[in-house]
Amino acid sequence: MLPVFLNAQLLRSALPALSLGVLLVAIFIIQPNAMSYFGLNLMLQYAVPIALATLAQMFVITVNDLDLSIGAFVGLVACIGATYLHDTPGLGLLMLAGCIVVYAGMGALIQLRNLPSIVVTLGMSFVWLGIAVLILPTPGGKSPDVIKALMALKIPAVPFPIVAAVVIALIVQAGLMHSSYGAVLRGAGGNPKALARAGWSMLQIKMAMFALAGFFGVLSGLSLIGLTTSGDAHIADRYTLYSIAGAILGGAEFVGGRVSPVGAVLGALTLTLTGSFLIFLRISPDWQIGAQGAILIIVLALRALISRGERR
Amino acid sequence: MTNTTEEIVNLAGVAKSYGAVRALAGVDLVVGMGECLGLVGHNGAGKSTLMGALAGTLIPDRGSIAVGGVDLSEQYSVVVAHHHGIRCVFQELSLCPNLTVAENARIFHRTLKGFGWKKRAAKLIQDKLDEIFPGHDILAGDIVGDLPIGRRQMVEIARAFTVTDAPLRLVILDEPTSSLDAVTAEQLLGFVRREVQSGLSVILISHMLGEVLGSSSRIVVMKDGGVVAARAAGDFTRDSLVAAMGTVAAAKSEQQISATGFRKSGTAMIDARPAAQMDARKLIAHKGEIVGLAGLAGHGQTRMLLQIFANAKKRYTETKVAAPVALIAGDRQSDGIFPLWSIAENVTVGSLGRLVKNLLVDGTASRAMAESWQKRMRIKTPDMDHNILSLSGGNQQKALFARALGSDAEIVLMDDPMRGVDVGTKLEVYEQVKQEAQGGRTFLWYTTEIDELSNCDHVYVFRNGQIVDDIPRAELTEERVLRASFHEAA
Amino acid sequence: MTSLGGVFYYLRTRAWIWSFVATAMVWIATILFTGGHGGGQMLTAALSFATFTIIVGIGQMFVITTGPGNVDLSIPATMALSGAITTKIMDTQDGMILTGFAVALGVGLAVGLFNYGLIRLLRIPPIIATLSASFLVQSTAIAYGRGLRIKPPPALADFTTAEIGGIPILSICGVVFTIIMGVVLARTFYGRSVLAVGQNMRAAWLAGIPVERTRLVTYVLSAMLAGLSGLLLSGFSGGSSLNMGEEYLLASIAVVVIGGTSVAGGRANVPGIWGAALFLYLLVTMLNTFGASAGLRLIMTGVIIIAVITVAGSGEQKR
Repeated sequence: MLPVFLNAQLLRSALPALSLGVLLVAIFIIQPNAMSYFGLNLMLQYAVPIALATLAQMFVITVNDLDLSIGAFVGLVACIGATYLHDTPGLGLLMLAGCIVVYAGMGALIQLRNLPSIVVTLGMSFVWLGIAVLILPTPGGKSPDVIKALMALKIPAVPFPIVAAVVIALIVQAGLMHSSYGAVLRGAGGNPKALARAGWSMLQIKMAMFALAGFFGVLSGLSLIGLTTSGDAHIADRYTLYSIAGAILGGAEFVGGRVSPVGAVLGALTLTLTGSFLIFLRISPDWQIGAQGAILIIVLALRALISRGERR
Repeated sequence: MTNTTEEIVNLAGVAKSYGAVRALAGVDLVVGMGECLGLVGHNGAGKSTLMGALAGTLIPDRGSIAVGGVDLSEQYSVVVAHHHGIRCVFQELSLCPNLTVAENARIFHRTLKGFGWKKRAAKLIQDKLDEIFPGHDILAGDIVGDLPIGRRQMVEIARAFTVTDAPLRLVILDEPTSSLDAVTAEQLLGFVRREVQSGLSVILISHMLGEVLGSSSRIVVMKDGGVVAARAAGDFTRDSLVAAMGTVAAAKSEQQISATGFRKSGTAMIDARPAAQMDARKLIAHKGEIVGLAGLAGHGQTRMLLQIFANAKKRYTETKVAAPVALIAGDRQSDGIFPLWSIAENVTVGSLGRLVKNLLVDGTASRAMAESWQKRMRIKTPDMDHNILSLSGGNQQKALFARALGSDAEIVLMDDPMRGVDVGTKLEVYEQVKQEAQGGRTFLWYTTEIDELSNCDHVYVFRNGQIVDDIPRAELTEERVLRASFHEAA
Repeated sequence: MTSLGGVFYYLRTRAWIWSFVATAMVWIATILFTGGHGGGQMLTAALSFATFTIIVGIGQMFVITTGPGNVDLSIPATMALSGAITTKIMDTQDGMILTGFAVALGVGLAVGLFNYGLIRLLRIPPIIATLSASFLVQSTAIAYGRGLRIKPPPALADFTTAEIGGIPILSICGVVFTIIMGVVLARTFYGRSVLAVGQNMRAAWLAGIPVERTRLVTYVLSAMLAGLSGLLLSGFSGGSSLNMGEEYLLASIAVVVIGGTSVAGGRANVPGIWGAALFLYLLVTMLNTFGASAGLRLIMTGVIIIAVITVAGSGEQKR
């Protein structure tokens, strides 16, 4: 019985990497040219902002909440980045810091009033979008040169998006999975009562997690305008769905604080690559989100199968 | 006894009531240094409430708590208790299932931080596990949720004994061996005996009387929210412990014999075996019988009832249930009432199918049903349309009885429904149950109050998920139930 | 203790009155600003647009009422798919309208069954299940519709835009439908089951309520209403478009919350949903007349949703 038990566990944690691997192999078989510096660079161009947004979502999922406003928030950050941050960097930075404070406030409100996170974040998505539209009514603006230069960085041998994704994944992995405070933050998702009993403040933990989500949302928005070079309030509308799907592909459980930063980044990469895969298969891009949905369902089904096997 | 040794905690006059129910009636308890205090008593005796007050998880209505001679009654809390060296291993696990064993130690100790914390935490918990349970196979890196329940309990126990900055003076072990096998349980008790010798104090709560007698230096027996006996462990025998826990009211139960006293014959309405049953014993109930399920709380009685409830609509299962079933919940808040609904809606929900006429629930019929059951159960309310929460606990329970008895179910399962209900209400309900049984209904009655068993025609005693005794009405004594409920073997 | 029952009764009714009071205030503020002009047309437009929100909102309300964590995120995709398929099948012919309705409901039935299947078989939270399903449904709509805008049959267009004395016929149908659904919720076995499951799933099971069947019917109902709404909306707006359902995701949840339905489940507010839908539309109109920008309108909408949930939703359970 024990070997089966171990296998199931191993399988579950390997699932994100496995899905990405299968997808990559499939792409390389269909389109061997893709396996080049240039090819990978092109295919994974948008992986960095999506991975950052996915990590933001993962922080919120860790404490058993869900953030339906992250897409609109990334859009707002993009707008601030393309206007204030470009024109008056000091004010721009201040505004971004303010955004993170509001995020922490969102966490506090949810914890203090015991509100359902989906409704609060849904409401906030209107607010973020509204502010973004006020700042930038029509697409435009210019992204700060520093960010543009950073995102266009050419690193020898390995494409920049891969390097960036690895670095980001490792940093968050170290902070959340290996630091002593990371353990406390995750514990809050696993057994909030026990944590409160041990003398930790759930309010502070919730605020910290939402602030982290806000911070990574800011990074996501900034990296996005580094690629697009201009801003738009609706630029990241799909990121809410991407981030949830990415976190779940990456092995995050919906409740109970079981998450994996490396997995989340892998999940984001998988999502990003689906688009290219479909193009190589000559399937119309119409099916892109459908394929993402299908992958999500397949992975969830596999997970259900694994845990059913585990229970036996 | 404790005069000679230094006193660790001193509880004086601690009282706690939940509504009309008195859980603790001004209890005094002193634990000395290097003492293993055994605490025994039947369900509802007040052990858990008393330990909750000591661990800081609940605030008593009255009384004082002093630790090491310092009165801390004003600011007492879990954190203060921990700071003063008092730890509690709670019956419901307080580990984070998504974290590793070492990380759970970190949650417990604020000082485990900074560079190399993981190694220190791992060593701390690993060493303690090695010390208490030599030969265990738990790794500090194991995710707690992936461990079987027994190992989780071992981690929980070991964690309570780990020391960083705060001192360790008193550990409360509440049924610590409930999920442990015989070997690890013995390892734990051996460790406790050694620790006690080196000056630590332990409070041991267990339904295994052998454990308590073998490991404690002193035993306190609680009953009905008070201490009824407190003597050196050597002064007790199993028999005298059981006797101390029981009532003197043997005469009282004699008067109450009104049940028929012999098993009815004919086909069984229920024929079921607990999932954990090792031998061939079965639970059988015939038409018109009141069958009692006894034993300590949480020993498989509710699971048995749910197994019967879940199988009621199925055929071809091992659990045979011959008629429609209704269940009366004991935990009203989580299993029983619909808090947003009126009393009438709460009563009629069990009979919705019968009340539908032309697709709609018949308002007149519903009202008539609600009012007739208000009279029959004597539910005290001016209007059945008032919210269910406007009723007192006892009357809410009556509404749940009305829901089940008003339905067309021929079998009624009672999941310790009289918990925390006043005596007047109880007597009224007993009468109803008897009448309904005479009318041909079958009752399965799980109760933690031994007195109530005298209303039953036959009693099954449960322990660790199994039926361990099968007592006909004529042979029912409180002592026999207690003897079966508490494990005899050492 | 009797006053407690009264307080609960008051609480139950309060939210409903509140949304209508707010609606009236917003309306009065707007016509005061315009000097009394256009008050009637404004109401007509509000009724028209509110009707579509109501149809999907009622489905969402039933879903949310079955308890914390239950929410249908596939509504917009279902609307888009239903609109795309039905306009193509009806192909501007009046004779095909009934077929169109049947197909719209069929699309909803299929999506609803799929949603529930995911929830049950994969044991995943409804949010994730309906989200994943919506990816597939939306893609099907895109692939099927190919972005072509087919005009609705003339009779359908006429029906969805017809008015009697300034009151849209569709809204009258909507009111009748709302009343019917109110009766369904309060008086039928299914409705009572929804309320019971939403208050306490375990207690409902122990009281003999068929919990899983109730959830199945609820998800199917929500998807079917989304399908119906997709068809009607494409008739109203001269053809279907792929993103026509987009705003209804937020709107359907917002009207439920603002209308006084408990997000914790077990308590629905049927009339409140009309108040909330009218309120949301008129609020936007008012801000428009005041000359507020689109951004400000969005911010106000968000702030109001959060304010309402903060005031009304305290101490309740979460997802």
